Amino acid sequence: MPPGETVPRSLFDKLWARHSVMEHPIAGTLLYIDRHLLHEGSRNGFALLKRKGLPVRRPDLTTATADHYAPTDNRSVETIDVRSRREIISDLSANTSAAGIKLFDLAHPRQGIVHVIGPELGLSLPGLTVICGDSHTATHGALGALAFGVGASQVAHALATQTLWQKKPKQMRIHLTGQLRPRVAAKDLILAIIARIGAAGGTGFAIEYCGAAVEALSIEGRLTLCNMTIEAGAKFGLVAPDEKTFDYVKGRPFSPTGDQWHQAVASWRALASENDARFDQEIEIDAGTVEPMVTWGTSPEDSVSVNGCVPDPTAIADPSRRASKQEALDYMGLSAGMPMADIRFDRVFIGSCTNGRIEDLRAAAEVLRGRRAVLPALVVPGSMAVREVAESEGLDRVFKDAGLEWRMSGCSMCVGMNGDLAKAGERCAATSNRNFVGRQGASVRTHLMSPAMAAVVALHGHAVDVTRS
Amino acid sequence: MLAFTRLQSVAVPLALDNVDTDQILPARFLAQKRELGYGPYCFRDLRYQADGAERPDFVLNQDPYRGAQVLIAGSNFGCGSSREGAVYALQDIGVRAVIAESFGDIFYQNALINGLLPIHLPAGQMQLLLAGLRDELGMTVEIDLAGQTVATSGGAAFDFPIDAFRKHCLLEGLDEIDFTINYIGQIEQYEAWRQPM
Repeated sequence: MPPGETVPRSLFDKLWARHSVMEHPIAGTLLYIDRHLLHEGSRNGFALLKRKGLPVRRPDLTTATADHYAPTDNRSVETIDVRSRREIISDLSANTSAAGIKLFDLAHPRQGIVHVIGPELGLSLPGLTVICGDSHTATHGALGALAFGVGASQVAHALATQTLWQKKPKQMRIHLTGQLRPRVAAKDLILAIIARIGAAGGTGFAIEYCGAAVEALSIEGRLTLCNMTIEAGAKFGLVAPDEKTFDYVKGRPFSPTGDQWHQAVASWRALASENDARFDQEIEIDAGTVEPMVTWGTSPEDSVSVNGCVPDPTAIADPSRRASKQEALDYMGLSAGMPMADIRFDRVFIGSCTNGRIEDLRAAAEVLRGRRAVLPALVVPGSMAVREVAESEGLDRVFKDAGLEWRMSGCSMCVGMNGDLAKAGERCAATSNRNFVGRQGASVRTHLMSPAMAAVVALHGHAVDVTRS
Repeated sequence: MLAFTRLQSVAVPLALDNVDTDQILPARFLAQKRELGYGPYCFRDLRYQADGAERPDFVLNQDPYRGAQVLIAGSNFGCGSSREGAVYALQDIGVRAVIAESFGDIFYQNALINGLLPIHLPAGQMQLLLAGLRDELGMTVEIDLAGQTVATSGGAAFDFPIDAFRKHCLLEGLDEIDFTINYIGQIEQYEAWRQPM
């Protein structure tokens, strides 16, 4: 390289370098954390901190919300019939109050799922590091942030020091060329990516999404894309900030204003990956070929087009993998070769940090308008602010008129820990992110899909290609 | 953190890919207080029927695997949720090490921080290990962290990679927060240089 020239850097390289407090010869990089987001699961982190007798170092950079255990049929902790669930919500209030941390509790008009309210409030911004004790924290990377999920011990570490030790991962760039067809959503795109690279395809990587299809996505679509990066095995997912990002962020409650805004935008413009930045792996997918996707198994990698069939595990050479996929089929009560459109459902869930934003609700409402569902269904907005906008647009009426239940915000049926459960053995069409065994309740069979596809299932009782319906 | 130096134990074959943290510790038990222990909930829906009776076909309910301290898994073990409770649950049933072809990134970190040793071996070596388990009921493995080796009672031996810092912390039982407190000066300098937005 000629003298004076620097190595071209990626978006990830720039974010990493900007947040490096120090490099340790064996411990790696001590990364500074700009935003620490908490939910009820932070209890073990606070307990660790308490045992050490340490204070929260930067409560001003820490924000909490009640979401995982939030009841969605009302806003009262007292109505929760399981004591341990009441206690974990109360503990969040007590821990945040004692530490002077801002809490968006169940009574707050801006309460919501942590990965919905972070971007919505302008807490998550381009160029920041964002962590949360939740694996879907990569969501915030859609704004050009370095965002990742951690466990309770690292929650405690960040509370105590506002830093985390990390080893820099490898980098993957996924070029999404072409354009998504009408009614094919970001959810279909990320399911197609995971089907292609596998649930462990991104392990050890940070993934940057780029290309014409990404540029064409709304910010909410990009949030969905980055949200499910962890389902591809990578804990970091990023999109370079652009004019759409700046327009989205501007004027939000915690966004910078005045001169600070102009300075921020100037620095954000410089974040994009440089032309010759080096990636360890590059993948290209034509978004124009992506069809509405539906999962058939018990891993998000188990997905095919709604127009396809359940695959045959006997075709898999590796015995361990073959056994896993056969076990998945047995659990799901499906047989190889069965058309995806023939699968009959019992219940529908529309919501989650993947698909609980206003555009998601609009997409579902567009399908449902003026029609009646044949299945019980829950619609759970990702935040109370989303709920308010939806109601101002009359979407709640569309859902109710179609026979769907309109709820308050929370993680709800995405994860069976808050009372919103499917019944044992039921088959549920869900807009959430995980179709794991028992994820929505013991022996529940979960099929992941987009909001429009879930709405179609609610109407027909089985999957129909929403681009043709 | 509980130190890890050397371990000899019967190895349990759980040769499934993508064993996620929801299977290791189902979400409905996460509201339980940590001090009450997560052992009864570890692999709850695989180990027990809805009425609480043991599933006799699940490997952890079979002799000689009860109480085994080493789990031999498939690829992408511990994928999914970042819940550290999955690590606590494994530890609470006595598991000290998991050997797999690959791990979920967050689970891997959580395990190391808590003294549960995640060992990843390439596919070929994993197949040899699993074949050994099929051939020898109750096969034992010996793990030497200092030497970074896994040896089986069947005579196979493998080297495994591990990050130097994590190895040091495990061998010494070193707590990460205590380690970082030594660098508060550098953190303060960074904050003075770059005021967080």
